[in-house]
Amino acid sequence: MTEKILTTENVRLYYGDNEALHGINLDYDQYGITALIGPSGSGKSTYLRALNRMHDLQDNVTVNGNFMFKGRDIYAPDTDTVALRKEIGMVFQQPNPFPFSIYDNVAFGLRISGEKNKSVLDEKVETSLKQAAVWDEVKDDLHKSALSLSGGQQQRVSIARALATAPEILLLDEPTAALDPVSSHKVENTLMALRDQYTMIIVTHSMSQASRLSDRTAFFMSGDLIEVDSTKQMFLNPTEQKTQDYISGRFG
Amino acid sequence: MDEIRESLLKQSKASRKDQFGRAISFSALALIVIVVISIFYFVASKGLATFFSDGVNLWGFLTGSEWAPSQVGDNGKPLVGAAPMIIGSFLVTLLAALIATPFAIGTAVFMTEISPKRGAKILGPVTELLVGIPSVVYGFIGLSVIVPFMRAVFGGSGFGILSGAMVLFVMILPTVTSMTVDTLRAVPRHYRESALALGATRWQMIYKVILRGATPGILTASVFGMARAFGEALAVQMVIGNAALMPHNLTSPASTLTSVLTQGIGNTVMGSLENNALWSLALILLLMSLVFNLAIRAIAKKGAM
Repeated sequence: MTEKILTTENVRLYYGDNEALHGINLDYDQYGITALIGPSGSGKSTYLRALNRMHDLQDNVTVNGNFMFKGRDIYAPDTDTVALRKEIGMVFQQPNPFPFSIYDNVAFGLRISGEKNKSVLDEKVETSLKQAAVWDEVKDDLHKSALSLSGGQQQRVSIARALATAPEILLLDEPTAALDPVSSHKVENTLMALRDQYTMIIVTHSMSQASRLSDRTAFFMSGDLIEVDSTKQMFLNPTEQKTQDYISGRFG
Repeated sequence: MDEIRESLLKQSKASRKDQFGRAISFSALALIVIVVISIFYFVASKGLATFFSDGVNLWGFLTGSEWAPSQVGDNGKPLVGAAPMIIGSFLVTLLAALIATPFAIGTAVFMTEISPKRGAKILGPVTELLVGIPSVVYGFIGLSVIVPFMRAVFGGSGFGILSGAMVLFVMILPTVTSMTVDTLRAVPRHYRESALALGATRWQMIYKVILRGATPGILTASVFGMARAFGEALAVQMVIGNAALMPHNLTSPASTLTSVLTQGIGNTVMGSLENNALWSLALILLLMSLVFNLAIRAIAKKGAM
């Protein structure tokens, strides 16, 4: 059995006094895609955001539980969240490039880490954009504002921006929810191509996307992890009745 | 049949109310437009009279450096060189905005990013309070604190452009600050999140993403402050020294368009050259505020995300 890159044990998360996650246990192998599915409000995005401590931004959120990333405790008091987030990158639901040029967007993560060498930046920007499968569409206009791109292109630039810092884990919070089918398809292809180099955890509302994309699927409901298994197993032969119902769309 | 027809053709109560409301808002708008046009017409007709009926050369007016409308120069023409006031106005305005903008950005960053709670509770009301202080109070404080301070530090009388700029700086600071705060608050939350998710420190997020994204808004705030500073009369008049001389340094007495206007307009005879020349200054003021307005619009248009 391979070493787990990320383990989470007994994750409990509170908004004020409200428990939103009721003890989630999940771990992840290196590489491959894990899909988190479940109805709205089931806590899957909340859980995802706990993985790189995005909840630190809000003051009424308490996170309990044991998060180990490569043997290091993510929530240890001495954890450098800045360094952590360089290793656990995140792509959001809304395509959200900064109001800069495409080049400056992708180079942002490198520049804030102090990379100044122009040729290194050029090279990393190019590889990241290629990895995100958007290079061919934007290579002639790298200094155009990223906001002038289409939604799908913006999202792939956002992915390229997250890839540029070479994270180990990529968290994707409904990355195609705001995109049209053609753009979603392109983003999905991008993610597929990256599955051998990155550990990806994706929150999605689309059953078909989860089944196409992921190696493993976890089903969340009302703050509980109902079931987790290989995607094939989950979709063909789930153990839990709730999973069966959700996947076949019998949930109200 | 006729009954139905009649009731359909009759105006409903709602549509009559609708027309009434439209009439009210339209007449309010018309009144404002008329007032604005009249002001422009009045100031322009008075201000242009200097050039058309009194035969003053426009270029000479803008660049001449001697201001003594009641006297005649060696060439037999009246001494109406407005350059000292124009330069004085621009200098105090630019200096004030130059000092105020960094302070405003700092305060706004503190209020929105570093300590939003205390910012909203304490600093917000304090800035609003500063807006409400009458300008004569600012001028009085300037007169009794800043002028003696300048006198002690730079020598001379203490009156001058630097004192005017300091008073204006405090006066426009709350305006610029509260506008900058609004701009920073309007920066979408996802910029913050994605910057942090990329491993930016809080300072990098503020400096490289938020302030960069908010630059057009901050510029607008700064120009807004300038517009206010340019038009402020009383407080400046109290500390600038009111000598219609070309300013040769920042601590010698000078004057601005507004300070000359407030001093002179009551002491001249309507229709005389002295009076008309003052109206010309007012026209310049009016045109400048128009320019500031257009600049604000242009920046806002360009920076629209």
